Amino acid sequence: MGEGALELLAERIRDYRAQVRLVRAEEIPNAVAKALRARNARRIVVPPGFPAEWLASGECEWLSDEGPLTPAELDRVDGVITSCVVAIAETGTLVLDGGTGQGRRALTLIPDYHLCVVPVGRVVRTVAEAMPLLDPIRPLTWISGPSATSDIELDRVEGVHGPRTLEVIVVG
Amino acid sequence: MSGHTYLGMPAFPERSAAAVQDAQLRHNLRHATRTIRGKRAAVIDELPDWPGAREAAKEIKDRTLRHLDRYLVQLEEAVTAAGGTVHWAADAAEANRIVVGLVEATGERSVVKVKSMATQEIGLNEALESAGITAYETDLAELIVQLGEDTPSHILVPAIHRNRAEIREIFQRAMADWGRPAPGDLTDDPRALAEAARLHLRERFMSTRVAVSGANFMVAETGTLVVLESEGNGRMCLTLPETLISVVGIEKTIPTWEDLSVFLELLPRSSTGERMNPYTTTWTGVTPGDGPQTFHLVLLDNGRTDVLADQVGRQALRCIRCSACLNVCPVYQRTGGHAYGSVYPGPIGAILTPQLRGMQSELDASLPYASTLCGACYEVCPVAIDIPEVLVHLRARAVQESGHRAERLAMRAARWVLERPVRLTRAQNAAGRFRRLIPKRLPGPLGGWTDTRDLPPVPRESFRAWWRRTEKGDS
Repeated sequence: MGEGALELLAERIRDYRAQVRLVRAEEIPNAVAKALRARNARRIVVPPGFPAEWLASGECEWLSDEGPLTPAELDRVDGVITSCVVAIAETGTLVLDGGTGQGRRALTLIPDYHLCVVPVGRVVRTVAEAMPLLDPIRPLTWISGPSATSDIELDRVEGVHGPRTLEVIVVG
Repeated sequence: MSGHTYLGMPAFPERSAAAVQDAQLRHNLRHATRTIRGKRAAVIDELPDWPGAREAAKEIKDRTLRHLDRYLVQLEEAVTAAGGTVHWAADAAEANRIVVGLVEATGERSVVKVKSMATQEIGLNEALESAGITAYETDLAELIVQLGEDTPSHILVPAIHRNRAEIREIFQRAMADWGRPAPGDLTDDPRALAEAARLHLRERFMSTRVAVSGANFMVAETGTLVVLESEGNGRMCLTLPETLISVVGIEKTIPTWEDLSVFLELLPRSSTGERMNPYTTTWTGVTPGDGPQTFHLVLLDNGRTDVLADQVGRQALRCIRCSACLNVCPVYQRTGGHAYGSVYPGPIGAILTPQLRGMQSELDASLPYASTLCGACYEVCPVAIDIPEVLVHLRARAVQESGHRAERLAMRAARWVLERPVRLTRAQNAAGRFRRLIPKRLPGPLGGWTDTRDLPPVPRESFRAWWRRTEKGDS
């Protein structure tokens, strides 16, 4: 992982105009509660396997995807909280593989707000270092900042079809 | 290529002459290409070893193309093992027939589409329309092109020729015909325009059961397809429908999963000038409980194996469609993409289109000349395609293949004269004697040359004649 990878990851994600908080493991529940409160987000989807101890806030309604939730239902929630399988510092990228705490792909696509917790030990420096840690048989989503477009005069604008707000909590 | 929208078009010189008169177009292009050039340069400079990465990407692509037959079979086996179905299409007509048949089998009358060069190349939207199926483009720039009843003019940003005011006007006029109308108070702020596209397409994504996509890469070893995008429209199409049909050119294959990493480093930086594009989706066949449960892969040849046979021209198949060559090209920046009369404009289009379509039409035979050979395209190409080399090679082929009778006749005459010194001497003597009769401007079609140049003056006698007459220049 090398020196300063967490700081580099945070800096690179911020470049995409996403919010990043660097916290210690014991601060996760507080950071989550603070982020959700700041947005007044109350109905939050929680994928299977997401650590319950990180969801201390009593103000929120935690929605499970056992059902599963329909696209229309996902369109009405306030947001989604997930972890990721790998984060790539140099490019500010989060990779989700649908595994524990991440859920199927639609969960991080339809809601307008995505809060991602990057657990300890998941940060690598380069894309090349990430490849062997990923299983191509699983459907992967690489996320670098909020949904954006460069289609109008080749100028970047955030917020089209995917979540318009991405917030990241990096645990170190 | 089907080229149905481009048939019977005039050659590049006429089309570009018209395009450069359009001041708005030139302003839009200058603004957009300058923006992206600066961003690309900054993130390419960040790479610790850009020449090394470029060489690695070139090597991987060359190796794949050398053994393409083997990798394609491996890819087919892997996709099939993962629950997908693979179809082989020799040309555009066959690919369209396969896709129309697959959509009809689902009983659906509409599809959502992720931006794809391959489906534009084969004219899939028109083929679907003839079968009564509506194809909805979901990429913002493709949406602008579709709503404006326009054709694409750039590989990455098909609506680069439109500025924000024009886009607002198109949205207000045409969105209602295709679905949810544009908001009444729509401004030309890019944020507002992006928001209008979000609202317009949201319901469509939720309700459409079939999607059509291309792919940036296909990994032979694992059967994995890869789509890079920005907006999330790709994720919507690749995730929410029940059936996914991907139409992909056979040259998009790479051997292994590890090979993908160098392209993920190079493509976004070369393309949108970002360290990484907002969203990349990879999928292998079908995954129970996540995404489409039926997956079809249509492998498209459409002239590609013919290109492989040309030892110089085949490097064009390394192209990963980043469009960096368009953004630096002095010709593209002034003429825009429509002058090239193909879905592949710019320098890469000038070498790809004539190879895929052949050089029978006047337009296609003129494309290898749509360049100053300055080499800027080669400098920025992330897979090191020597575009000037291929252009010169294709110019030679254009002269040999068809037309150019006068040029060939002139060359044959020149050869006859130059073959024997005695013939050359006689020709020089004759030219010297009648030099006053030679006009300042050449007549007929040759006049185009003297419009911008002076004809060199013909001396009274040749150097050899002068040497002999003055006894080795002594007097």
